[in-house]
Amino acid sequence: MLKIDMTIVFILLLLAPIFGQQDTSVVQDAIYDRPFITSDFPVALGGYLEGNTNYFSEDGVSEGFSMEFRRFNIFLYSTIIPRVRFLAELEFEHGTEEIAIETAQVEFEFLQALILRAGIMVVPIGAYNVNHDPPKYEFVERPLEATQIIPSTLSDIGFGFNGKIFWNNLLFTYDAYLVNGLSDGIILNDQGRTFLESGKSEERFAEDNNGSPTFSGRLAVKSFKFGELGISYYSGIYNSFQIEGEIVDAKRNIEIAAIDFNTKIEKLIIQGEFAVNSIDVPKDISEIFGTKQWGGYVDIVYPIIQANILGFDNSVINLAVRLERVDYNVGEFAETGKNIYDDINGLSFAISFRPASGTVLKANYIHYWSRDVLGNPTVKTAGFQFGIATYF
Amino acid sequence: MKGIIYILSLCTTFFIAVSCSELLPPEPEQETVLAGPIEDLTPQQLRDHLVGDEQFGRIFGQEDGLGPIFVSNACESCHIGDGKGHPLTTLTRFGKYSGGIWDPMVEEGGPQLQNRSIAGYPPETIPGDATGVTRLMPPAVTGLGYLAAVPDAVILELADPDDSDGDGISGVPNYIQPLDYFMPLPSHIPSNGKYIGRFGKKAGAIDLLQQIVTAYKEDMGITSDFDLQDNFNIQAGLTTGDFVDDPEVSAAIVNNVVFYVRTLKVPPRRDENDIDVIAGENLFNQINCSGCHRPSLVTGFSDVTTLSNKTIHPYADMLLHDMGSELDDGYTEGTALTSEWRTAPLWGIGLAEDSQGGSPFYLHDGRASTLESAIGFHGGEASNSRDEFNNLSTNEKDQLIIFLKSL
Repeated sequence: MLKIDMTIVFILLLLAPIFGQQDTSVVQDAIYDRPFITSDFPVALGGYLEGNTNYFSEDGVSEGFSMEFRRFNIFLYSTIIPRVRFLAELEFEHGTEEIAIETAQVEFEFLQALILRAGIMVVPIGAYNVNHDPPKYEFVERPLEATQIIPSTLSDIGFGFNGKIFWNNLLFTYDAYLVNGLSDGIILNDQGRTFLESGKSEERFAEDNNGSPTFSGRLAVKSFKFGELGISYYSGIYNSFQIEGEIVDAKRNIEIAAIDFNTKIEKLIIQGEFAVNSIDVPKDISEIFGTKQWGGYVDIVYPIIQANILGFDNSVINLAVRLERVDYNVGEFAETGKNIYDDINGLSFAISFRPASGTVLKANYIHYWSRDVLGNPTVKTAGFQFGIATYF
Repeated sequence: MKGIIYILSLCTTFFIAVSCSELLPPEPEQETVLAGPIEDLTPQQLRDHLVGDEQFGRIFGQEDGLGPIFVSNACESCHIGDGKGHPLTTLTRFGKYSGGIWDPMVEEGGPQLQNRSIAGYPPETIPGDATGVTRLMPPAVTGLGYLAAVPDAVILELADPDDSDGDGISGVPNYIQPLDYFMPLPSHIPSNGKYIGRFGKKAGAIDLLQQIVTAYKEDMGITSDFDLQDNFNIQAGLTTGDFVDDPEVSAAIVNNVVFYVRTLKVPPRRDENDIDVIAGENLFNQINCSGCHRPSLVTGFSDVTTLSNKTIHPYADMLLHDMGSELDDGYTEGTALTSEWRTAPLWGIGLAEDSQGGSPFYLHDGRASTLESAIGFHGGEASNSRDEFNNLSTNEKDQLIIFLKSL
């Protein structure tokens, strides 16, 4: 079991940008920071694909070896007229098991500091949700915090503004949108715990389940020397408290607060995110479906070799480590006064080979330590993954 | 060439890591794990067991039919790792005596309290006029197939309703009116249309099918082909359910879960040959704990061959015993008195805390946090044994507890 108090680790690593190095990219631009947007044609077409192998064992029991085609995503981008642009992303998961429009948005750039965005957009809660393309990462698995606490990829229909403001050597970015928001499945779902992913109703692209929009916003500051630090907030009513205008239930709110950072110290790249959820849950089920959750991760990546390898110019071989933790249910049992567990700690290692910056071959070792809600003996899961991810 | 060396070195390193089994978590010692199938199942039976295992672990959400009122959302939630439950999932049942006749208060939502509900739906509360309220800790489910295979004749042979042997222990079967889907086996012996109950704290269920159909409905609010009617909160004047079509699970699924539970292995023993364990077992017999907690029973014929004609060691007699006033919650089922409880099988008791969050909760409602405390609550027919336990030396008490923890 991990003995390290990861909270302390995360706090220390949040301070890491102080020691960072110059880098000009910002999280806000991640959706445009993709290699396909270089075409001279009025519409650019691109995308990425991601696949991997799995070999895992849980407490000595293995399902054996299998292969997984995770995602095939297609991007469409067009500058309709100067300062009016369109971006779309169509996602196929596991072949055609799940097909979704992740992004279909239009932006009107009135000023660099005032851009109207409308359509289906990636919600700016945390950095990973916005900047999640697998070719950018050394690990096959997304961080637990970014799937279990923030349900990445969370996209929604909405509108709002974003922009950039330069001040001295700092770049400030903001995003502020109203979206339809998550829905009832956050609780009383087939996961048996408060689980935001289950609140991603497909109907949210057609109508709000309760007629009350949800706010999502992110503020970030980028020092070209030290790195980027962002805070984000998401808040709204998630349950269907009214039917045909008649109030049938209390309004129940969900709030997500997140802090994210990325920095570069010499060659060492550090990025991470920490998120806390607060959910209104009916009292009679609040010990099963937690009212508070939190999670966080830190990825540390170090390029050990940068050279011409096998004829690929500027190839890079990276070593990486990930520390992560999620707690699905923060609190105590009313009757016993004992801690409610339901948590996972994770430690992962990666070796990756990048023949180009947008293409990566990954070899990962992952180890999770999971405890159920009562804190019974820890379930240990570990395994190996080989993966490939590339933009095209 | 240098690049090839880089790549080969890294690949070699990773493949060595992959081949290193130390990096993968080992299987826990089998003697420390309750869950697992019995040995000698055929491949088809093993497949059915695993299908049932998946259903046993299935978590029901509101859209799957959970509720509208319920206690828990999965079989596995109450029986984590097939072990005992926790106060989080403890059931509450209630009723009252009316004119000397037991009334399970069905018109007021009884006999089981569903203290949780789906969104926007009120949970039940205990009616103010209930005279008997009991809390029932979910039991371990391992070894139940063997207990189901014990013929009624064996149970009746152990009964001593008039205490004819004068040991202070009687023991009576609980006769239960069968439900319409009950299919008697040749080993069942009816009495005036009723059959011997053997499952549940009060032996209120005749067979595992009844136990599991009841658990689906009363614990999770899940209807099945065997029982199509959801529970509603009639206390709140509500007569509609969860808006999910019934049945919410099929007969096939229920039967898979029954088969899964039938084919769980018996709880494993530990340290059987330890000198203190042996001494403790001798003391257990000497002070006649074994008068109710019978060390051995023999199964009869079973359609699952490996369950047939086996000597098992559940430390139970499947009979009701008067446990005295301290354990009398004023609640009952079938022909049991309110002070009567079915002898709890002791097998697996040493692993109880591994499914209870590290702190054991003993007795029917989990009120005892130590085995010594649990023994102290024994009264009625167990008074003599309890008193003899209290008179043992500290070392002898320790040995008896060590024996119990080896079960």
